Amino acid sequence: MRLTLRVWRQKNTDAPGAMATYEVDGISKDMSFLEMLDTLNEKLILEGEDPVAFDHDCREGICGACSMVINGDAHGPERTTTCQLHMRSFADGDTIDVEPWRATAFPVVRDLVVDRSAFDRIIGAGGYISVPTGAAPEAHATPVPKADADYAFEHAECIGCGACVAACPNGSAMLFTSAKINHLNVLPQGAPERESRVLDMVATMDAEGFGGCTLTGECATACPKGIPLPSIAAMNKEWLRATRKAGKR
Amino acid sequence: MALATRTDRRPSIARTFWGSTVGKKTVMAATGLIMIAYLAVHALGNAKIFFGAGDFNDYGHWLRVMGAPVLHREWGLWTARVVLSASVILHGVSAYQLSRRDLKARATAYVHKRRRASYATRTMRWGGIILALFIVWHILDLTTGTVHPGFQEGHPYQNVVDTFSTWYGNVIYIVAMLALGLHIRHGFWSAAQTLGVGNATRDRVLKAVANVLAVLLTATFISVPVGVMTGVVS
Ligand code: HEM
Ligand code: SF4
Ligand code: FES
Repeated sequence: MRLTLRVWRQKNTDAPGAMATYEVDGISKDMSFLEMLDTLNEKLILEGEDPVAFDHDCREGICGACSMVINGDAHGPERTTTCQLHMRSFADGDTIDVEPWRATAFPVVRDLVVDRSAFDRIIGAGGYISVPTGAAPEAHATPVPKADADYAFEHAECIGCGACVAACPNGSAMLFTSAKINHLNVLPQGAPERESRVLDMVATMDAEGFGGCTLTGECATACPKGIPLPSIAAMNKEWLRATRKAGKR
Repeated sequence: MALATRTDRRPSIARTFWGSTVGKKTVMAATGLIMIAYLAVHALGNAKIFFGAGDFNDYGHWLRVMGAPVLHREWGLWTARVVLSASVILHGVSAYQLSRRDLKARATAYVHKRRRASYATRTMRWGGIILALFIVWHILDLTTGTVHPGFQEGHPYQNVVDTFSTWYGNVIYIVAMLALGLHIRHGFWSAAQTLGVGNATRDRVLKAVANVLAVLLTATFISVPVGVMTGVVS
């Protein structure tokens, strides 16, 4: 395959950026999108140019690092991560636009790499359970109803990739935050911190400069792990419940 | 930061609500639903115009004496006016503040554009502005008569026929009611999500109710100018 790539190039957070056009040849349809970018970078290095900086780690769809917007879609045309996207989703001769996640809370570090540490701070505000350390507890010591376990697992699938924020016209992190809150709030292990978790995580999400939710649904369409839109309604419910309880204290 | 022992005291409920995107959206949802409930009653009242001037003017009179003899004349009406004004203001201010925040949170647009979301979803902000302007015009036209040449105090039927006998009266009204339909279509369903009553199993029902409400309210409101234009109401 022969492709024309238009890639966002930006030296650092404060430098202005622009789209740059490159031609790549000899792309196999079995390559992943990242391998295609590797091919481009090899060519750029040989030509003495700076390679395109992009985030990647596991390359098997579980770490959430490989953030980029391809032809206007977070992670490209398939509902998966960029590392799991294959070039057979494109046609020979295509022009492909590649841009970084766009959100004020995710500043561009360089080229396609953005700083997603705002997500870490949201997790730090309550995406954990406090337990005394020691030997691992017996697995069946705390029974969890099957339906709750499934619900928790569905939300635990979130890999923190940020595609939801990138796709949202408001740069909102509600889908991510709701996944993390619902995952722990439904479990007995998460119960002691149920109220402070949702209040603190939502407050941190706001403080990080993410937008609000207008129920556009772009996030859930973009999410590679299928976190559903009603998760946000469930988080709102938890938040309203927590404010009622906090008011009684 | 994360592991510090929490001995803090939380801000008041009002502060928590107004300071949070989730809380402010709750204010929008609650005030939006109050306005939808009011509009349902308003639409029924308007439909009385098809039963003649006597019926319609009696209804206009009842609005002033509702709740009697417990409530003094116009107490009920003024309560409704206060609640509705507060709702419009809280709704509008929340919408403005949240929209400002949303636009700031996505300050840089993508170079590669593509169409996103449904029409009703994309027109919430412009539709809201149209509705705000309409509410002002509507009150000046049919309540106070300020912008209504030949306005007759206490004769709502005649005033309505008068308004819809001008082309601009019809255009303003019908455009605003179409905007209202779109706003309710996305708004009613959204409010359910915001208030946390939406979930996967209820989604279809909620969307259906939103569509039915939007169509019924818009059709009932528009039937009045259409009635005047076709001479059914004169
Ligand atoms: C003062 C004029 C108005 C403005 C500026 C306005 C603006 C807005 C905006 C920007 C939204 C959020 C849209 C989104 O989330 O995508 C919204 C939601 C909503 N509006 Fe309005 N609107 C106005 C009047 C009305 C009226 C008259 C009604 C009642 C029929 C109404 C009912 C609703 C409802 C139920 C919602 C959903 C709230 C939620 O998302 O939780 N609005 N409005
Ligand atoms: S909710 Fe989905 S899109 Fe958002 S961070 Fe988690 S996995 Fe990524
Ligand atoms: S590189 Fe880990 S998910 Fe793509």
